[in-house]
Amino acid sequence: MRKPFLRPLAAAALLPAALLTACGGQDGGNASAGAGGNDGNTIKVGILHSLSGTMAISEVTVKNSESLATDEINARGGLLGKRLQPIVEDGASDWPTFAQKAQKLIRKDRVATVFGGWTSASRKAMLPVFERNKALLWYPVQYEGLESSPYIFYTGATTNQQIVPGLDYLKEKDKKRIYLVGSDYVFPRTANKIIKAYAQANGMQILGEEYTPLGHTEYSTLVNKIGEAKPDAVFNTLNGDSNVAFFKQLRSAGFDAGRLPVMSVSVAEEEVKGIGVQNIAGHPVAWNYYQTTGGRANEAFVRAFQARHRGAVTSDPMEAGYNAVHLWAEAVRRAGTTDVEAVKKAAAGLSLDLPEGRVTIDGATQHVHKTARIGVVQPDGLIKEVWSSREPIRPDPYLRSYPWAAGLSS
Amino acid sequence: MTSLLNQLPIGLSIGAVLLLTALGLTFTFGQMGVVNMAHGEFLMAGAYTAYLLQDWAGAQAVPVALPVAFLVAGALGWVLERTAIRHFYGRPLDTLLLTWGVSLILQQAARDLFGAPNVQVVAPSWLTGRVGLSGATLPHARLFIMALAVACVVGIWAYLGRSRQGRRMRAVMQNRELAAVSGVATGRVDQLTFFIGSGLAGVAGVALTLVGPVGPSIGTYYIVDAFLVVVAGGLGQLRGAVIAALALGMLNSFAEFWTDASLAKVVVFAVVVAFLQVRPQGLFVLRSRALT
Repeated sequence: MRKPFLRPLAAAALLPAALLTACGGQDGGNASAGAGGNDGNTIKVGILHSLSGTMAISEVTVKNSESLATDEINARGGLLGKRLQPIVEDGASDWPTFAQKAQKLIRKDRVATVFGGWTSASRKAMLPVFERNKALLWYPVQYEGLESSPYIFYTGATTNQQIVPGLDYLKEKDKKRIYLVGSDYVFPRTANKIIKAYAQANGMQILGEEYTPLGHTEYSTLVNKIGEAKPDAVFNTLNGDSNVAFFKQLRSAGFDAGRLPVMSVSVAEEEVKGIGVQNIAGHPVAWNYYQTTGGRANEAFVRAFQARHRGAVTSDPMEAGYNAVHLWAEAVRRAGTTDVEAVKKAAAGLSLDLPEGRVTIDGATQHVHKTARIGVVQPDGLIKEVWSSREPIRPDPYLRSYPWAAGLSS
Repeated sequence: MTSLLNQLPIGLSIGAVLLLTALGLTFTFGQMGVVNMAHGEFLMAGAYTAYLLQDWAGAQAVPVALPVAFLVAGALGWVLERTAIRHFYGRPLDTLLLTWGVSLILQQAARDLFGAPNVQVVAPSWLTGRVGLSGATLPHARLFIMALAVACVVGIWAYLGRSRQGRRMRAVMQNRELAAVSGVATGRVDQLTFFIGSGLAGVAGVALTLVGPVGPSIGTYYIVDAFLVVVAGGLGQLRGAVIAALALGMLNSFAEFWTDASLAKVVVFAVVVAFLQVRPQGLFVLRSRALT
């Protein structure tokens, strides 16, 4: 009686792994079609996001905005007289798959650059692939900092442009007893390390620190623990679908934004729709861009995006992905080639007017100067800015200019 | 202390979610021995049924969707059984691969139809409140899920025990050959069993929209725990599934209260593995005179 049903179960557990190994391993390295995807009349670029699995909810939209940017460049006559040819791959919310697909894009497709990744786990998996191949990755999502690879450009915020301003805001609002909730992987754990150092230096108190696996959907115990700790605010670094379950269950347990504000750093306009606005209205979020951000560049971006995707919203990571493509293209234009080293050199100090405002690449860290903005979720599902740093903040991925952060980067 | 007491109803409600997602599997996996990896996608079909019905039923979509989702997911299951699974009876590994593939296809179909981002199912206002009992609070949504789980169990119990069809189903489950020679059309019983099992997943999917996300990947979040309940409870055993779901819900609730969510998962799996070492057949065993 035992074997017939246990054996298939064991096979079920092994199946995903087997499938992945079967799909990987084909790194090719054959075709030698000119350096850096610069082949005949087209320049190939890779777009690598999770189009399936738990992260697809967020990453598909970034893929869409990056495709919009490559199409815009093609519509304006292309790059160096050639058309951009995006090659889209699915990272499938699985970190080894990201590494394999990155390898495939670089070696087999010979792309000039890759735009991709969302979770830090996926970036960490891809990093050695890009460094080994001396290829270029543009990573469009806010992350936990403490990294500066010579082969990655980071167009999302690092901690001093998002998390630190988020904490400044809470402190300003006199929310000093904080509960930390996050998904169980590298971004939330590192972010919380930084938050704890900040709290210690600023007289704030951390009442609890909880992690749940990615894709976790059962939050009643956690909500109960939060209820017992009675914090002034929650700092939320959950990622993906878990946010939906967390906010729904928090709301149905009677906690609304007035009673317990939850500051989120991975919930943008797109996620608000899935969470349900009645569950999250009034809660603060920390980003660098909102659909409602003013300026002509953003109006054009929102209009162009909604012309393709009716009823869609635009969010910070989408904008950062869109920016990445335009920043790379401008660097290629200035360098006159897609050669990685030349592009890197041309990108240093490069400055463009993009939807979030003026964006400048910091050559030393390969991050960008960004304005920090705290927003509050509105009943219509959009996010309204309630606080901003006014001017772009210099990226400081290792928090070297913050005395309280000494010792974090080691 | 009150928060510790709170964990009791929370454990019950986790158990109810587990039970609801596993009930359909006690039919398809427990009784027919089909390892249906696409069971989670029938949950998903139920959840999307509630989403689609919002256009028509508005805020009352959740209760309205319960019977509709039963039929939709049941029909999906029936089609799957007729077109594919019936050719693979007695070949568990092939069935596993087959249904795994079907689950990927259904997920992608949902992604193409409804988009990758989660969609919103608005809970009716009478499900958004909460009740307090001696310090512990319980959201109405959770109470609704518990009541639904109880209703489903009672319904199934009555069906299996009291109805002609249900008795045929049990006969086929206990001894297929004997049932066949006694004049039971086993093929038709299989169809019906699969229809009901899949339909129950649809019902569970509707209930889950109250507490969790509604998106293409939700099936993957619940499928492992659902199998866990059926295996721990003993194949084809309704009371086994009920007790296993409640026990695992309680275990999960208190393990997470004292440790954290990741560790609680480890504890639950470890306990189930240890338990299966002692009782490989699960909590309850089907007694039959078949020489298996």
